[in-house]
Order: sequence, then C-alpha cells, then structure tokens
Amino acid sequence: MITLEKRAGPSKVWAFATPLLAVALTMIVGGILFAVLGKDPFETIRTIFLDPLFSEFAWFYRPQLLIKGAPLVLIAIGLSFGFRAGVWNIGAEGQYIMGAICGAAVGLALYPMESRLIFPLMVLAGAFGGWAWAMVPGILRVKFGTNEILVSLMLVYVAEQMLASMALGAMRNPEGMGFPGSRNLAQYPSAANLELIKDSGMHWGIVAALIAVIFAYVTLSRHIFGFQVRLTGQSPRAAKFASVNPARMILICLGISGALAGMAGLFEVAGPAGQISIDFNVGYGFTAIIVAFLGRLHPIGILLAGGLMALTYIGGEIAQSNLGLPGAAIQLLQGMLLFFLLAVDVLTNYRIKFGKGGTV
Amino acid sequence: MDLSSINPVLLLASLMVAATPILLAAIGELVVERAGVLNLGVEGMMITGAVCGFVVAVGTGSPWLGFIGAAAGGAFLALLFGILTQYLLSNQVATGLALTLFGLGLSALIGQGYIGIKAPSFPDWHIPLLGDIPVIGPIVFQHDPMVYVGLILVAATWWFLHKTQSGLVLRAVGENHDAAHALGYKVTRIRILAIMFGGACAGLGGAYLSLVRVPQWTEGMTAGAGWIALAIVVFAGWKPWRLLLGAYLFGGMTVLQLNLQAAGLAIPVEYLSMSPYLATIVVLVIMSSGRAPGSLGRIFHASR
Repeated sequence: MITLEKRAGPSKVWAFATPLLAVALTMIVGGILFAVLGKDPFETIRTIFLDPLFSEFAWFYRPQLLIKGAPLVLIAIGLSFGFRAGVWNIGAEGQYIMGAICGAAVGLALYPMESRLIFPLMVLAGAFGGWAWAMVPGILRVKFGTNEILVSLMLVYVAEQMLASMALGAMRNPEGMGFPGSRNLAQYPSAANLELIKDSGMHWGIVAALIAVIFAYVTLSRHIFGFQVRLTGQSPRAAKFASVNPARMILICLGISGALAGMAGLFEVAGPAGQISIDFNVGYGFTAIIVAFLGRLHPIGILLAGGLMALTYIGGEIAQSNLGLPGAAIQLLQGMLLFFLLAVDVLTNYRIKFGKGGTV
Repeated sequence: MDLSSINPVLLLASLMVAATPILLAAIGELVVERAGVLNLGVEGMMITGAVCGFVVAVGTGSPWLGFIGAAAGGAFLALLFGILTQYLLSNQVATGLALTLFGLGLSALIGQGYIGIKAPSFPDWHIPLLGDIPVIGPIVFQHDPMVYVGLILVAATWWFLHKTQSGLVLRAVGENHDAAHALGYKVTRIRILAIMFGGACAGLGGAYLSLVRVPQWTEGMTAGAGWIALAIVVFAGWKPWRLLLGAYLFGGMTVLQLNLQAAGLAIPVEYLSMSPYLATIVVLVIMSSGRAPGSLGRIFHASR
C-alpha cells in the first residue's frame, strides 16, 4: 500500500526538481503522442526543444524567442502575486487586449504628430487599460463578494468583442480601403516599439519584462508587501492576525497583474503585431498561467519558464512547417506540461511511504 | 430596425434550446460542487465532449451514440482531474484551469479532420397531442430529445440529492469531509464518482452544441459556455431548481440578442454579442446569495 505523509515544510529539492520532472514527462508522453500522429518522436522533440536554439537557422529563431517570451513573462509575473495570495485573476487575456486598445488609442489619436513623449504616454495608457479592466473583478469582489475567477474570465470575452468592434469601427485605418484593422503603429516612428539592437529581437517589452522580474524579486524577498503576499498564501489565518487587509490585497494583486498584462498588450500592438486587428490576441494571457505555475510563482523561475514556453511556440511553428505537425498538438503539449507539473508537485509537499499504512 | 420580425413563440421555443447546453454542464458541476470539489475545467470537458460526440456521431451516423461518446469523453477528462486533485492532492483551481487548457488543445487535435462536415441530426420528432397545443406546443413540446434529458437530469439530481441516502452522504462529504471520513464514508471515492458524473454532463452539454445547436465542429466553439455554467451554479445557490431558472435566463438573453442582431438593431453586433457575458456578471453580482458547500475547493488528506 502506498500512502502519503505530509512534510513539515515544502521540500527544497523537489521544488526545483518537479518542474524538470514535469518537462521530462511531457517530452516522453508528447513523444508517444507524436508517434501516434505518425511523426518520428525523437526528431519532433528535437525540433521543438532544440532547433530554435541550436539549428543552422537559430540566428533567425533566437530573436523570435525573446519576442514570444517577453509578454508571457510580463503577464506571468503579474499573475504570480495574485496566485501566491489566492487571488485568481485568469482574465489576463482580456487585460492584455484592453491594454493594447487603450495604448493604441493614444498613439492613433496623436497621429501623425512626432514627439518623444508619445511612446511613454502609450505605455502608461496601456498599463492603465489593463489595470482598469482588472479593477472590475477586483471591486466587485471587494464590494459584493463576487467570484473574481468568473468575472475576470467573462471579461475576456467582452474584451474580444470590444477588440473586434475597434478593428472594424472606431480604430479602422481611414486609408485602409475598408479592410478591418488599424493603422500600422510599427510604421509610425513616435509610437513604434522598435528593435533596440538590430536583429536581436530586443524591444522595450523585453526590457520591461526583465525590470518586472527584478522588481518582483525584490518585492517578494525584501518588501513588506511581498511578505504579506507570501503570508496570505501560506496561512490566511496568520495573515489575518498580522493585520493584512484582504480587500487591499485583492485590489493590489489584481491591479499589478492587470497593469502588467496591459503593458504587454501595448508592447505587442506597437511592435511585433503592429496594429489592432480582430485576431490580435493569441492566448498569451492563458499560456502565462502555465508559465506562472511552471516557474513556481518565483520571478526567476517564471523567467526560465517563459523562455521554455516561448521555445515550444517557436519550435512548434518549425515542427508545423517542416514536419507537418498540427498546431493543436503544441497547444496540447503546453496543457500537458501544466498537468504533469501539478501531478508531480505532490512530491514537494508530501512524502511517499510504501508498506502498510500505519495508524491513519 | 424591425422588431415585429421577432416572433415571441419562436423566441421562447429557441430559449429552451439555447439554455440546454449550459443546463447540462451546470447540473453536473452542481453535483461536483455539492461533493466539495471545485472543478473549473468545465469548459475543457465541454469542448472535449463536443468533439468526441461529433466524431462518434459522424462515424456511426447516430446522434444518440454521439451523445454517449461525448459523455464518455467528458468523464475521461474529468477522471484525470479527479486523479490529480483527489489522489495527488493538487490545487483544484490550478488543476481546473489546466484541464481547460488541455481540453482546448486536445479537442482541436481530435477535430482537425472534421471541420466543415455536417453532423447527423435527430429525426424530427413531434410529441403527439402535446405538440399540437397552440402556442404552448411549439414552445415546450416540439424540441429534440436532449432538451428533455436536461430537464429530467435536473429533476433526478434534485431527487438524488434530497431524497436518497446516497445524496445525503454526498452532501455530507461536501459540507465537512473530515466529519464524513470519521463516519467511515469513502470521501475520495465519492468525490471521484461525482467528478466523473460532472464530466459526463459537461460532455453532453458540449455535444449538444456540436450536434444540435450549431450543428458543426469548429475549434473553440463552446466560447465560454462552460464558464457561464460555473457562474450559473453560483447564481443558483447550489440548488437544482434554481439552476433551471438561471439557465433559462441566460438562454433568453442569448436568444434575444441574436434576434436583435437579425432584426438589425442600431447597436453594433459586437456590443450585442457581449451582452450574455455582461449579463452573467450582473447576475453574479446581484444574485449570488447562496451558501457554498463547507468543504468546497479544500484538499482532503486522510491522515491529518
């Protein structure tokens, strides 16, 4: 008989080992899946996980990794605060869209004026858009006790409709010959989120993501707010005695994640995407949830997990074009990764005991 | 705009159809939550059910077998959730989210070759006598069989939860799992069964979308229906009959906005399409008065 025995505290070793174990398990089961789909499992796994970094075309893929990874890390850092404290914002996708819309609105309103102030103003507007969208579930939770999970998720669908409305109506390019989609911000120098170093893929969103990682690290390990977040997560009762205000905690956690998701949306719309279009959002807000958990809600972990997830995106695209792997298989692989992580996480908090389960 | 083009009888009739997928998914989730488990993966189980049902129905030509396949698919996915949360003691919120992401990917993969195909439909059946009553006949008695299966499930769930001993045990497990364990009830086993029932119901709801309501397979076709089902469980205060009210309220909203779109109301289509989601939020704010089961979402570990 196998029984589980609760550890006194989470195991340090397993906290590091479980994400790696989850990745390994995902590769094995993913390999079986690819074999079932009629692909060579080893070649497919190599294409997804290694080719973007080490193949002869890696010079082309490496910048792409940064571009994909930045929004994931930025959003996941924001989510990690809330997830630690038991505030479940799963509507980051909506906040990402609203950030892009608000930020782009500022840029489009000022077109064709040229000024150094426009881009920073857009970043602020983007953060504000995401923050405001996250405040809806926040205020409803604090004032009426409404479940923030459901409200934040409902708002994703509302934001998607808003995006369609903007792309087809208010923000449509007046010189676009009636096609949906806004002006291309990437071609408007004052508003463009340009590459900082040529051919590196480095843009302001990546800088922001790195700053967010450092900011989160310092906050969590050095600041009283970080302590309160950790305390609330580990023991809500103890947090109450330490006079942590739960309403304030909810609003700050949602606010941070909303603002960072909004900023990620702005950096995307002003750079890699270029314009507000109907299919602007590609699910970064949801994938960031996987990134946050895979990184163990720790800033450095999130940075690494964001890199790994970006790898599966780019590697997935390569496998799609070179090996004819269906795009959905990559989505499944990402979902599987989170599943395995949650499954093996039992080892962090529990010890496995073999033999007769003594006195239960 | 031409509001006279909206036929109130047809509106009410299609309300029942629009409410059915959510009702099916919500009744399953209600049982799961009464057993003290919060499964946020309804959306993932629904869409997996939608694709499994579609594949089986197209393969066999029988919508009934399709629904059975959908229930099996949903229950299988739910079982994964059950193993993770009940045996490996993972966080239920995170695992539910994972289930949704996993289900969306899985369904897209399974459904690849099925885009653009039409599903076999139920033969047109018309309940004799009852279906011929003017006005009430077309509203209540001329639907496909699954609409009534949904209603029967609601009644059966109410009966099970409140009139049988097993239902009492299930509620006890949900209210206080430690006490139920002390009394000798198999908390984990009861919960796994409830979770699988929830998955099967969500699968049926998804298949209703792909086989009856749309009836086609498209990626991501549930479009938040699973989340709305979760919201309706909260709205209903975990009571089966109020669930029916919630689902019809939501179905009414969906049908009304679709009719207004067709009638060419001077509001852009996008804003009308938002309305069901906004209505769900409003309903959650003003109506969430019920008390959640005591052990909802808490991890049960016997040796504490």
